[in-house]
Amino acid sequence: MAVKKLNKDKEKEALQELTKFRLIAPAKSDEVVIFKQITDPGEAFLEYGNSTVPPKKVVFPQTETLFRFQRGNPELREKNVEEEGTTVIFGLRPCDARAMSIVDRLFSWDYEDPYYLKRRELTTLVGLACVEPPSINCFCTSLGGSPFGTEGLDMLLADMGDHYLVRALTEKGEKLQETLSAHLEDAPAEEEKKAEEMAARAEGKIARSINTEGIPEKLPTLWEHELWKKVSAACLGCGICTYLCPTCHCFDIQDEVEEMGEGRRARMWDSCMFSEYTLHASGHNPRPTRRERTRNRISHKYSYYPKRFEVIACVGCGRCINLCPVNIDILEILEQVVDAS
Amino acid sequence: MKNPYIPYEVKILEARYETPGDRCIKTFKVTFADEKVWDTWSHLPGQCAMVGIPGVGESMFCISSSPTEKGYLRFSIMKMGKNTTALHELEAGDSFYVRGPLGNNFPLEEWKGKNVITIGGGIGQAPLRPVIQWIRDNRDDYGELTVIYGARTSADHCFKDEFEELNSCGDACCHLAIDVEEEGWPHFVGFVPQLLMEVSPSPENAIAVTCGPPIMIKFVLQNLEKLGFTPDQVYTTLENRMKCGIGKCGRCNVGHLYVCKDGPVFSYAQIKDIPEAFA
Ligand SMILES: Cc1cc2nc3c(=O)[nH]c(=O)nc-3n(C[C@H](O)[C@H](O)[C@H](O)COP(=O)(O)OP(=O)(O)OC[C@H]3O[C@@H](n4cnc5c(N)ncnc54)[C@H](O)[C@@H]3O)c2cc1C
Ligand code: SF4
Ligand code: SF4
Ligand code: FES
Repeated sequence: MAVKKLNKDKEKEALQELTKFRLIAPAKSDEVVIFKQITDPGEAFLEYGNSTVPPKKVVFPQTETLFRFQRGNPELREKNVEEEGTTVIFGLRPCDARAMSIVDRLFSWDYEDPYYLKRRELTTLVGLACVEPPSINCFCTSLGGSPFGTEGLDMLLADMGDHYLVRALTEKGEKLQETLSAHLEDAPAEEEKKAEEMAARAEGKIARSINTEGIPEKLPTLWEHELWKKVSAACLGCGICTYLCPTCHCFDIQDEVEEMGEGRRARMWDSCMFSEYTLHASGHNPRPTRRERTRNRISHKYSYYPKRFEVIACVGCGRCINLCPVNIDILEILEQVVDAS
Repeated sequence: MKNPYIPYEVKILEARYETPGDRCIKTFKVTFADEKVWDTWSHLPGQCAMVGIPGVGESMFCISSSPTEKGYLRFSIMKMGKNTTALHELEAGDSFYVRGPLGNNFPLEEWKGKNVITIGGGIGQAPLRPVIQWIRDNRDDYGELTVIYGARTSADHCFKDEFEELNSCGDACCHLAIDVEEEGWPHFVGFVPQLLMEVSPSPENAIAVTCGPPIMIKFVLQNLEKLGFTPDQVYTTLENRMKCGIGKCGRCNVGHLYVCKDGPVFSYAQIKDIPEAFA
């Protein structure tokens, strides 16, 4: 499909068109930017860096019902994700879309996770290229991503000043482009070249990096290495680095009973940085301190996940670095891994 | 495909205590409330299921009956926390919910023609029971069956009457142990790893399977090595906290392995170099 352009004076119209779907877009909420459902195009805030909470929450909600039940009635009522309807996530960053394609592997290996996969099927991802790297701690290029990366996206938008360059990338993207056709124009031929130059410039501005070669194989050999104690010494075990990581996918399952015996079994985000995470009913805990838990967080992303799913479970979005209250920095940890002997 | 998070309702046919005390063990014999589930259900010794009550929760248990026992499933459940306490309150006629079968199984096909030695401690006999039953029900396919089992006291022994029956019918040779002397106890007094050395089974054409508390497993593995068993002749099950049971929720991993999917059954050769396996 031909490359199109969306003039900024048509942006609101185009978004209005998309509100016939469940439209999720970045929006200001107090001090931070979050992804939320919008019905008024004016709420969308596309001049953002990146959201604090990754858009993973749209396809993998922080808490979601698996089924409902009524005490005394043996029938279990399965949650129907279909009811949530066709969804468009508009304006997410390429790293967050790439993260979804990484997590897809987990939710579809062996057993298929019906809730996650149904939502993914219902969702179209419209990316917004990073003309400027959103944060000083971005390192997507070390992990196979890039500021104009397309992996996982159905459509990519690039901000060209007074308009967006619009490129459909998949069938879903083409369908969406048709939906938007009244608001789009053909893009001049030289636009694509210009976008390539912008992409190269943005890549050049990425300040941090890590050479990941050999890390997956090396990590298991450093099991008892002193570095784990050092890098985890300041950790508070707050779990922010995992909750707000776009590739973290661990969850707990809990039952809740409301008034009148109506209840639900739900799953909710969990974190391997919490001590209860692996605590047995007997009181035994195979990962008793933050040393073991930090080692697990890094090993899971950089060794176990690639061993099973052939891709590192980190996209270099920098959130865990930016948001850790005690400045624990995954790149510094990885550098120690590289240097360790 | 069926939603793997939705459990089946089962009806309790029989419920009885195996052992007394704070951490008592209760065995439930159950059948599916919807008989049609039997048409699609098939499990093998070693496989597990999530067992629970909506409103309380779910926990993982091995299916302690062999598929050769038709028309029911068995679970032997030690009272440990919230869910197991709620399950212990149930009696024949009540129902609970089961999601499974989950995990892998003991490779009993590969073991055909071999001598099998099971070495269990306490509730660890639960995953070994279906192995024993399977061999009994396919008796000509296997060599000698040696059963080594111990618990703290004679009252703490699970499946007591079955061992007696097993010894007298000649299907297996049973060796039982308790930790400390008791009046009238005719069998071994001491720990399971010591009893293993007493029995001293030959590694020749043999498979050893061990389940029990981590400390017991540790010494059993050492002693099996002394007896000449190689790591690929030794099997065990791992236990970790679990939630999904289907390789999604993340918490059960030891190294790169998901215990709920790649296990719970592992050969010692598979896990001996994974430090977290015995954490
Ligand atoms: C593969 C496997 C097979 C098992 N087979 C048996 C068996 O045959 N008989 C038996 O008595 N016990 C068995 N267990 C242990 C049993 O799962 C725990 O004792 C049980 O989960 C405790 O649950 P609770 O709800 O009473 O405790 P709580 O402390 O209330 O537990 C809360 C939740 O934590 C999880 N949890 C806590 N401890 C464990 C644990 N040790 N293992 C797994 N999940 C845990 C469960 O999801 C549980 O719902 C097995 C465990 C595993 C992993
Ligand atoms: S965000 Fe920082 S302090 Fe919190 S758990 Fe992660 S590493 Fe520890
Ligand atoms: S580990 Fe950190 S940098 Fe990597 S994807 Fe997660 S939050 Fe982003
Ligand atoms: S129990 Fe959820 S991944 Fe194993």
